[in-house]
Amino acid sequence: MRLALREAMLAFRRSPLLSGLSVTTIAFSLFAFGLFSLVALNIRSALRSIEERVEIRAFLLDATPVDSIAAMMEELGGRSEVARVEFIDADQALQRARQEMGEFQDVFEAGFLPASLDIRMREGFRDPASVQTLADEVRILPYVEEVRYGADWISKLHRIRNIAAATGIVLGIAFAAVAIIIISASIRMTVLARAQEIAIMRLVGATDAFVRRPFLLDGFAKGVLGGLLALVLTWIAHTVVSRSFIETEFFPARLALLGVVAGALLGTVVSLVSVRRHLRRIR
Amino acid sequence: MIRLANVFKEYPRTGMALNDVSFMVAKGEFAFLTGPSGAGKSSILKLIYMDEVPTRGTVWVGGTKSPVSRRSVIAQVRRKLGVVFQDFRLLEDRRIEDNVAFALEVIDTPRERIGPKVSRLLTRVGLASKATNYPRELSGGEQQRVAIARALVNDPFVLIADEPTGNLDDRATRGVFQLLKDINAAGTAVIMATHNLELVRRNEYRVLEINRGQLVFDSAEQAGRAVEPTP
Repeated sequence: MRLALREAMLAFRRSPLLSGLSVTTIAFSLFAFGLFSLVALNIRSALRSIEERVEIRAFLLDATPVDSIAAMMEELGGRSEVARVEFIDADQALQRARQEMGEFQDVFEAGFLPASLDIRMREGFRDPASVQTLADEVRILPYVEEVRYGADWISKLHRIRNIAAATGIVLGIAFAAVAIIIISASIRMTVLARAQEIAIMRLVGATDAFVRRPFLLDGFAKGVLGGLLALVLTWIAHTVVSRSFIETEFFPARLALLGVVAGALLGTVVSLVSVRRHLRRIR
Repeated sequence: MIRLANVFKEYPRTGMALNDVSFMVAKGEFAFLTGPSGAGKSSILKLIYMDEVPTRGTVWVGGTKSPVSRRSVIAQVRRKLGVVFQDFRLLEDRRIEDNVAFALEVIDTPRERIGPKVSRLLTRVGLASKATNYPRELSGGEQQRVAIARALVNDPFVLIADEPTGNLDDRATRGVFQLLKDINAAGTAVIMATHNLELVRRNEYRVLEINRGQLVFDSAEQAGRAVEPTP
């Protein structure tokens, strides 16, 4: 292990240019992936905040007894697709309408709007089909006069969400593939640069595991350094965008750490594969 | 010790390199491997240090039979033999002593034993005073001595030398060859592939001549025949 560590460090010292190039290559390919992930993250959180507004509004008859309202709320609130049920009486409805449509505030009079039950859907049930199914069930409940939900709006939102998710997956895979290919090429160069050393090690009786060790450490170190550098670059990009254009969200700490760990893992695995392939060729 | 039994070696592109070769080199023996370029000398040496596997037939190195069952066996076999090449194969970016120490570290030699052993080996090849030089600062003959010192780290039972004097002038050739003779005198078998017929003629060692992949002459079996110059 001591020799492996020393050899890995020597490799950095002896060819700083090649090592620096590898780290930068890893950093930039992870940076591209990081930027993309950041955009995807922000689009997703924006969509989620819009989606939270998906609700079914059930207007109630004027003379609905309080007990019935409570019973309906309890029944609806217990359903798995429902996040929360809120009772809005006529006064609250008026207040809300005045707030939402300020320019018409004088038009609304007391008693003009009916009381309602506002039903918010739980995440995962905000698709048009689920919303419609529940709306149909609510519609036939006693004391329910009318049920409204933005059917059109919900189906559009759902489509946007699906397109965003599919694009995210496809682009994510493409970016990850490009990163892996670039990192492989860069680490492969390191292995080839040290082909003679490997040949001599094998000749004097080094086992394959022994030959692999310094390269694994080398790949691991480059992965960690590249990952950290990519994280810093992504953070700088995020700060610049947040300050000058639009307030954006950054990765939560756990996800950032995961990125660096992924870099380290990628560096190590790619090194392992490269050295393995090389060793198989030279016996 | 080292035995080739009906060995055939065929390469996918160039065809048959060795055609039914059999011989044995005993413990402590010195044997020249001669023959024209492309005759199969290097193939034989590669089979011995297990850089290649026979297409057919068996190669015995020490107690190990090639083809081996597991790759890890090759590393164990190589720890019992030393190999030197025409082009020395030193690590240019390391000092002489580090080139030799590297080989010791690779085989997990305890740290406290590396320094003294490197000194001893460099003294043995006459390069103790150049321990801290880099390979490019040494002459060809000196570089080959370093390669020999490195090949001796394992105290091998056999030293395999592929044209070790091929890149050297007469003086350096004599020096390196004398070193190989000394190593042999100390008990290590030497198998040396060479084009240098002068060297072969002047020394009373066993000669194995390869031509077109076949063993055409073995002085141990046909004592008395002079070595003919090969085209």
